[in-house]
Amino acid sequence: MSLTDADVKKIALLARLAMSEAEIATARSQLSGIFDLIAEMQAVNTNGVAPMSHAQDVSQRLREDTVTENNQRELFQSIAPQVEAGLYLVPQVIE
Amino acid sequence: MLNSSLKQLGEELRAKKISSVELTQIHLDRITKHNPQLNTFLRVNHDDMSLAQARAADAMLAKGDAQPLTGIPVAQKDIFCAKGWPTTCGSKMLENFIAPYDAHVIEQFNKAGAVNLGKTNMDEFAMGSSNETSYFGPVRNPWDLNAVPGGSSGGAACAVAARLCAAATGTDTGGSIRQPAALCGISGIKPTYGTVSRYGMIAFASSLDQAGPMARCAEDLALLLNVMAGFDTRDSTSLQRDKEDYTRDLNNPLSDLRIGLPKEFFAAGLSQDVADSVYAAIAEYKKLGATIVDISLPNSRLSVPVYYVLAPAEASSNLSRYDGVRYGYRAPEYSDLADMYEKSRAQGFGEEVKRRIMIGTYVLSHGYYDAYYLQAQKIRRLIAQDFTDAFKQCDVIMGPTSPSTAFKLGEKGDDPVQMYLSDIYTIAVNLAGLPGMSIPCGFGSNGLPVGLQIIGNYFAEARMLNVAHQYQLATDHHDRAPKNIGL
Repeated sequence: MSLTDADVKKIALLARLAMSEAEIATARSQLSGIFDLIAEMQAVNTNGVAPMSHAQDVSQRLREDTVTENNQRELFQSIAPQVEAGLYLVPQVIE
Repeated sequence: MLNSSLKQLGEELRAKKISSVELTQIHLDRITKHNPQLNTFLRVNHDDMSLAQARAADAMLAKGDAQPLTGIPVAQKDIFCAKGWPTTCGSKMLENFIAPYDAHVIEQFNKAGAVNLGKTNMDEFAMGSSNETSYFGPVRNPWDLNAVPGGSSGGAACAVAARLCAAATGTDTGGSIRQPAALCGISGIKPTYGTVSRYGMIAFASSLDQAGPMARCAEDLALLLNVMAGFDTRDSTSLQRDKEDYTRDLNNPLSDLRIGLPKEFFAAGLSQDVADSVYAAIAEYKKLGATIVDISLPNSRLSVPVYYVLAPAEASSNLSRYDGVRYGYRAPEYSDLADMYEKSRAQGFGEEVKRRIMIGTYVLSHGYYDAYYLQAQKIRRLIAQDFTDAFKQCDVIMGPTSPSTAFKLGEKGDDPVQMYLSDIYTIAVNLAGLPGMSIPCGFGSNGLPVGLQIIGNYFAEARMLNVAHQYQLATDHHDRAPKNIGL
């Protein structure tokens, strides 16, 4: 399968990865090689096979809807790139 | 001392022949001496962390409160959050991340009184088979400094092989415990999916990721797994089962053992020297009383393509959390919020990680989900069913862990597909969620170690460890150490 530059740009946008034109060209050729490898799957007849999402077919555990965590805001914000007055700072998005 | 088993070390610690502080210092001194060449530890913290834990262990030993691993120095893969330790996952993205809490695995070792020697190097976010994707530079194979140690738990495998720690932890999403164990000549086991909690273990592909121990012999692995395994409510896929003693079957004879040999694991693509060592190991098992059954895993050839849909899909979702807002790397300059996300991620992630995020994003995108992700999940069931059918005829499955011995640094660097194929024998085990292990079974034509892979049925870890231990009682491949590491 061969991807186009436009395909790669769209994937990069969805994945939120900034890419230069040179990086897009390299990614296009490497991703095409990987999709050739993956293409082997398409010929397999999987009619009637249930998808397997997990190794153990167990149902999701549920618990009481109660608070189990302590507030550790200061500890967690101590490793953030930018905080102020207990808030995470990001570029302004609303005028 | 450096070649002692964990059982022997535990006995010497409890008999006060050596203290944990002395044992820890011996290993820290070896790390200081050999790490500049091997690049196997990313962080050590002698005084504040490791020796403080060793002193606490000595106090437990003095009071007679010791457990089997009390005072033993263990190297932790840098994928496990350990409170107060930098935890990088081999990535620039987390270069300055100090974990604010302990992973379940770290808690378990702390409770057992083990000493955390430091954090081991790894492929970035565990994506790699050679340790070359680490932002902090590749680990070198102690048997040949120009060869790779395997990956992604390459630092752990190197540290055990070079006697820089008594034992180590690893994680295995597609072979990341077994392949480096094979390439560095040590033993490692990936337990049944759900056996070891993933809490605090930085996520790569959540339906495949599983932690396990890496050490010099199967008996050590059993003692380590006793500490690592256990139910944890904080991991939604942790299995609620009774606590097991993984040492319980070690001394059983192998006279009733049926070993399945899948023909697909001995086909084209396998190096002759690896095949020779694996067949020699099978011959040894026959001497120990085992019988051989020819089996087939017809869908196993599809495991690499299936894996390279499912693992990147899950990775692209898991790694969306790295946005430069709450923790991790943020680009120094950006124009707006979207630009901040895109630049932080582009600069913080390495090439292989970005490649896998892009594969995952594509296969999950609108219009492609059924053709890729859903089709891969269906074939995953066929692969798992092959194993279920095979285990009707045999107790364990054996074959090579890796198609070749350790390859040279840079040899597969430019071609991702060639690198992906180095996990061809290990990936199916993760897709099925089965336990798998690798033990040393000889040396290839270049003098580098060969690994024998042992695959068991669900929850058959104790039996697999028994199978490995009996082989190690009869052979000495696991006792061999690389030269030039000052032994």
